[in-house]
Amino acid sequence: MTAASPVRWTREDLLGIAELSPGEIELVLDTAESFREVGERPIKKVPTLRGKTVVNLFFESSTRTRSSFEIAEKRLSADNLNFSASSSALAKGESLVDTALNLQAMAPDLIVIRHAHAGAPHLLARKLKAGVINAGDGAHEHPTQALLDAYTIRRHKGRLAGLKVAIVGDIEHSRVVRSNIHLLTKMGARVTVAGPRTMMPVGIERLGVEVAHTLAEAVRGADVIMMLRIQLERQGRMAIPSIKEYFELFGLTSARLAGAADDVIIMHPGPMNRGVEIASEVADGPYSVILEQVTHGVSVRMAVLYLLSGVHEETA
Amino acid sequence: MAATTTTAAAGPGAPSGRLLIANGRLIDPSQGLDGAHDLLIEDGVVAAVLDREEVPGAGERRDAGERRERHEAGERRDLAVLDASGLVVAPGLIDMHVHLREPGQEYKETVATGTMAAAAGGFTAVACMANTDPVNDNRSVTEHILAEARRHGYARVHPIGAVSKQLAGLELAEIGEMIRAGAVAVSDDGRPVMNAELMRRALLYARHFDVPVIQHAEDLDLSGKGVMHEGEWSTRLGLAGIPGAAEDVMVARDLLLLEDTGGRYHVAHLSTARSLELVRRARRQELPVTCEVTPHHLLLTDEEVARTVFSTQCKMKPPLRSERDRQALLAGLADGTVDAIASDHAPHHADEKDVEFDLAPFGILGLETTLGLCLDRLVRPGVVSLSRLVELLSTGPARVLRLPGGTLRPGSLADVTLFDPEGEVTVAAGAFLSRSRNTPFDGWKLKGRPVATMVGGRRIELPRRATPLEPAV
Repeated sequence: MTAASPVRWTREDLLGIAELSPGEIELVLDTAESFREVGERPIKKVPTLRGKTVVNLFFESSTRTRSSFEIAEKRLSADNLNFSASSSALAKGESLVDTALNLQAMAPDLIVIRHAHAGAPHLLARKLKAGVINAGDGAHEHPTQALLDAYTIRRHKGRLAGLKVAIVGDIEHSRVVRSNIHLLTKMGARVTVAGPRTMMPVGIERLGVEVAHTLAEAVRGADVIMMLRIQLERQGRMAIPSIKEYFELFGLTSARLAGAADDVIIMHPGPMNRGVEIASEVADGPYSVILEQVTHGVSVRMAVLYLLSGVHEETA
Repeated sequence: MAATTTTAAAGPGAPSGRLLIANGRLIDPSQGLDGAHDLLIEDGVVAAVLDREEVPGAGERRDAGERRERHEAGERRDLAVLDASGLVVAPGLIDMHVHLREPGQEYKETVATGTMAAAAGGFTAVACMANTDPVNDNRSVTEHILAEARRHGYARVHPIGAVSKQLAGLELAEIGEMIRAGAVAVSDDGRPVMNAELMRRALLYARHFDVPVIQHAEDLDLSGKGVMHEGEWSTRLGLAGIPGAAEDVMVARDLLLLEDTGGRYHVAHLSTARSLELVRRARRQELPVTCEVTPHHLLLTDEEVARTVFSTQCKMKPPLRSERDRQALLAGLADGTVDAIASDHAPHHADEKDVEFDLAPFGILGLETTLGLCLDRLVRPGVVSLSRLVELLSTGPARVLRLPGGTLRPGSLADVTLFDPEGEVTVAAGAFLSRSRNTPFDGWKLKGRPVATMVGGRRIELPRRATPLEPAV
């Protein structure tokens, strides 16, 4: 970076949003802006990460995030390598640490990890020289998702500060929520979380958010509404009696958008359950930016890969 | 008396001869003593506590030699003298809650290494939990543990038998046989007795042998898949929480049962403000309930999991609780509600802990850090007096388990701990005598150091390999 830039990127890992400064967040978003145009070229490739090796280590199934990282890596000309839970040694009983050390022996530059257990990327980061990017760890963080959400919001609203953002659904089990709360509150947005009390984690208000227990209350005046996937398999059977009842209480329909800001945008990190947390009329409707989020995911991940690769330092 | 010197093994028998532990500060809460007293030991038994101030010529400094001559007057001349200047001389410390892992998990700990760790930490006796493999749910396992302790022990070992066969929580284990073989209490520790009817029966049945039922108070439905305390920090970290209520409802239930059954009920590793308050109220009703707390619940909170970025050394059951809970436990130490500090020494192999937080086993070591931690973090800031600490670590647990130790009254076993309240050390897990290394306290600088232990008047010699707590540099 040039000396004129207010913030230098010095991190070797991106493990969460909690530890980032507002300046660092803006740097990622600004860097993403400069990569966005690459995706619009006929030849969508730049040589930025030529000769760098990125390993995608997905211990939990993922289509969107993994494809997004892969495309971002390819557009930056990095060599990439994919491990998934079914094909990895982990399935054969190898520990995460051993898997990591074996990868380390092949000297990758960056490791992107998705894992069902919170803290797994942090464990890797402690053991490895390679930079580690958290692509979602349990219910803890999903930093690139929050960054792409913020990027999407900024594209539409021009800012983050002062916006009212409602996040609705299974707050307890969502890593997307935690990363978004950290990011949005750091950037000056007001965040309201809403959902059944049985899906609301203890002490969530200590993260600087308002808690609403009805959809109407959350939606009122909202500039941004983020709907979360309801995962019955994560809940056991005790959190909600049925999908039907959930939709009646918290499902987002056109009618329930009344009360939101006129230019409200509707977001969803995916994958969506139509008719569970969101009606198709909203998901596919005029306020929805859900597919844009996916597009911007690539730019944001290119920015993260670029910043963490240290290339910007080498060429400074 | 359930435990006697024959069942409570600690290596070779008591030495003959006389020993004077001179010039120390003798603290014995069982006699209300704290001051300049010498301790005379004869044939493995406390012969006398001698008041240095009351002897003729008090006030004038004397050396050990002079006193030796005085004590020797008219007696045998084979008196050995141990100079305990600058040291506290206390009844041997007792850790009433440890896991020695033998039989079955000798790669984590053995009776030999566990008692070595005990001796290094200033303990002369430990009570070991039944969750071994095979489970200590019958007399042959009890006898095996005691035989190992006699052969290889560096401290007395008091086995705790299982409440239920296989710790399965379905039917009572052969409690009578285990007690006859030398067990001092029963507990399914590691697991709760979930079934209320079984707990009721256990309380009733244990009355025949006058032993406490020790409960690992945890409602498994409420703790679910939890791996840390449920609160702000579990929410921040996205880890499944174990609510304080998981402990509280169990303690409340058991206290209601105890009202009907009588007997003796002891809450292991009590960790919440509310459970403590339940015990306090039950005491007022004179219910026969006692409880212990661990050093880690007294010194650390759930925030430590975040501070250490998911360190599995902060994973144990019950989990590190909130600051409010911690403060309540400190108050419970001071006001007498807490009967004992016990470490819940739970060895695990390094490989088992070097995994994702969710996958790591629960538990940390305690034997080699408890005394230093308590001296530095409880006595030095004035949470408890030195005398109260000795009560919590010796007299208290002896009373709960009705053990012969915990006192230096003439005629009692000469189990003695010497420690230096000013000695500075840095905790070095790598130098532990335990076979395992799992501690969140590695690197802590502490003021307060165990110096020596004596079991039945015999000074315990530890292997020279390492000092458990290396002097600070």
